[in-house]
Amino acid sequence: MQKTKKSPIEAIVGYIKANPIVVLLVLAAVIVGITKEKFFSWGNLNNLVSNTAVRFLIALGVSGCLITKGTDLSAGRQVGLAACITGILVQRADYASRRFANLPEFNMWVALLIVIALGALFGFVNGTIITRLHVPPFITTLGTQTIVYGICLVLTDAQPIGGFNNQYIKRVTGRIGDVKSFYIPYLFFVALFFGLLFWFLYNKTRHGKYMYAIGGNENAAEVSGVNTAWTLTKIYMLAGVMYAVAGYLLAAKAGGASSGLGSGYELEAIAGCTIGGVSTTGGIGTVGGVLVGVLVFELLKIVLQFLGVNPYYNFIVQGLVIVVAVALDIRKYIAKK
Amino acid sequence: MSEFLLEMRGVCKSFPGVKALDHVQLQLRPGSVHALMGENGAGKSTLMKCMFGIYTMDEGEIYIDGTKTQIHDPMDALKKGIAMVHQELQPIPARTIGENIFLGRYPMKKALGFIPVVDHKKMYEDTAELLKKVRMDFDPRQKLGELSVSQMQSVEIAKAVSANCRVLILDEPTSSLTQNEVEALFRIIDDLKKDGVAIVYISHKMDEILRIADDVTIMRDGQYIGTWPASEMTTESIITKMVGRELTNLYPKRENKPAEVVFEVENFSSINPKSFRNVSFNLRKGEILGVGGLVGAQRTELMEGLFGTRSHTTGTIRYKGKDMKINRPKDAIDQGVAMLTEDRRGSGILGVLSVADNISVSSLNKYLDFGIMLNSRKIDALVDENVQKMNIKTPSGKTQIQSLSGGNQQKVLVGRWLANDPDVLILDEPTRGIDVGAKYEIYCIIADLAAQGKSIIMISSEMSELIGMSDRIMVMCDGRVTGFLEGEEATQENIMSLATQFE
Repeated sequence: MQKTKKSPIEAIVGYIKANPIVVLLVLAAVIVGITKEKFFSWGNLNNLVSNTAVRFLIALGVSGCLITKGTDLSAGRQVGLAACITGILVQRADYASRRFANLPEFNMWVALLIVIALGALFGFVNGTIITRLHVPPFITTLGTQTIVYGICLVLTDAQPIGGFNNQYIKRVTGRIGDVKSFYIPYLFFVALFFGLLFWFLYNKTRHGKYMYAIGGNENAAEVSGVNTAWTLTKIYMLAGVMYAVAGYLLAAKAGGASSGLGSGYELEAIAGCTIGGVSTTGGIGTVGGVLVGVLVFELLKIVLQFLGVNPYYNFIVQGLVIVVAVALDIRKYIAKK
Repeated sequence: MSEFLLEMRGVCKSFPGVKALDHVQLQLRPGSVHALMGENGAGKSTLMKCMFGIYTMDEGEIYIDGTKTQIHDPMDALKKGIAMVHQELQPIPARTIGENIFLGRYPMKKALGFIPVVDHKKMYEDTAELLKKVRMDFDPRQKLGELSVSQMQSVEIAKAVSANCRVLILDEPTSSLTQNEVEALFRIIDDLKKDGVAIVYISHKMDEILRIADDVTIMRDGQYIGTWPASEMTTESIITKMVGRELTNLYPKRENKPAEVVFEVENFSSINPKSFRNVSFNLRKGEILGVGGLVGAQRTELMEGLFGTRSHTTGTIRYKGKDMKINRPKDAIDQGVAMLTEDRRGSGILGVLSVADNISVSSLNKYLDFGIMLNSRKIDALVDENVQKMNIKTPSGKTQIQSLSGGNQQKVLVGRWLANDPDVLILDEPTRGIDVGAKYEIYCIIADLAAQGKSIIMISSEMSELIGMSDRIMVMCDGRVTGFLEGEEATQENIMSLATQFE
């Protein structure tokens, strides 16, 4: 066996060819950064980091579903529900308009464990419907998306939840360092932790290999002795856990939660994954790619904001980026003709 | 006027990194069968795809009736009288036979005098007509998905005939056909020949080529080797020209004698009463048990039942006297049974994943550190060992398996199973779609495994392979085991007579 070594220039050219949309968006950011002051400010960077961190967690969750040729449309609503439940649990005991007056104020870590357990449960339900009842993931999660939203409305009575425990908000939105000079938000470390965890999971464990195998060819994986049903169920459970963590963080970041929170996040997460090279045909996708995809998508938002584009146009631009990214991605596979 | 109906000259086609065709030529006479031969990857299918307009040639010319022409896409090819039956059929199973045949060119009529609608009556009448022409007796309104693969193939041929084609490309048409169906196909080909159609026939089966071909064109590694009248060729001369070297032995010498019985199956029946039933057989240590029968004899289904991908109702499986309970592939694997499936692409390779991932996927438990972390050095060692032992041609362990040739993919899959060190190895058509050179290598691997004391069950639809490799042959017909053949008795005639013992 021989290994071909590429020169650094070839590697860079190769990356540009393989990821034109990423390169284009980064270039746009650099140009905006040069022309608009404050773009390259520490504050703006941290803003980007915090936004990206939460979106990254959701995208990590969805990535497993996408790699196995599935999807999870319930992601956004699960994030919303986790945020609302967290909010209800950590409402201050002395807060006037508590949702459930008789409920004790929970410790923030206990609240975290509760929403994680619930996230795993919802993921288990998704996975079980998909693998045991053989309902396609698209339909399954379309259904559970609606159900989860319904649960959220019932729980919150469609009212915003506020008055959170201060310690909870401070811990989540806190930072290392001094605001005036150098600082890093805790969220960065949370994202880093989960990023490394997923990298390990995807590259170094049986679960990861089985996941790629199922995405590559589910029949062949089953015949090779992979317990495909249970592996898939675990993937959806893990996704649920990630949505729960994201919801938990998001509620603190926003300082409040409502049933509308998280709406559409699944689409952003799927878009981020796809821009980052998770293939819609299954079996392909990396944690690094997901990070780049999400980062680029968040960067796009900030660039548009700095350019002073009417926010109503944002959706049009974002939608175009998604379609173009997938079109370019698919080209790699059909170019062989 | 040229004597050739269609002629291709100096055809070149490159794909990134490979020159698939290098100045290839082909001349088709009207009313003849032209066999196109070569190992897998020699460029036969690529050449045909150029002729049919699926690929655009980089260089070269096509002449029809001596006039230079260009073929832009399959639609264009059909208009010019060229039709192709693909290696992998692409039918729409949920629609009727008629709809499949007339897809894209439905006969129309005007409802109420002005609304264009599909004329179903005419469509099905025409379909019935066509089916009669290819000697197939189906209801045109039957769903295509209800037919067998071979019947679908006949429908594809009917479709090609319906386009009034002058050139018909048949790409490995008999790879999934039974002997009877092959005969039926040959009759259709004869009819078409009489009508002046030129037929390009791609196949690996020498006996077929020698029987029906008029001309033989041989390709090797994208190069044109030559064209000869089929009457001047023999199996040996074709193979020699295809592989570019002499092949002395078709099958390796078997060096071991089967020992004691280790694996026993008793009264094994499917939950589907039409599938395998009351099957009993045993298998010795170091034995190669060939399994013969026609397509539809339920051989694959039986093996899938034993391996746990299909359910069974009654029956016991014993290994060394101990009962085995197998309800899913994982159970079988854990108890030392492995199965190389028939459909390499459908249930074998993990196409987009690497060679290393493909080899290791079913034995990952062995490469764990601390019970959780996969040790990539151990996996690399496994890959290296297999690459060397089986002479797998791959640039590296990181290469996507789908970019390897069929033979090398098959070796990787064999490696996947051997990594688990199974005692019983079920091989379902292990050499299907593999070229002659690689076939011999696979045979050697199988013989070597038997010599190591592994017990092997090998399904094969190639008679010579069954006879050449097996210690004993079990023949099935319509879900039942109809007999066992050994030694001198193992002849083509005996196998056929057992395989056709319908109740």
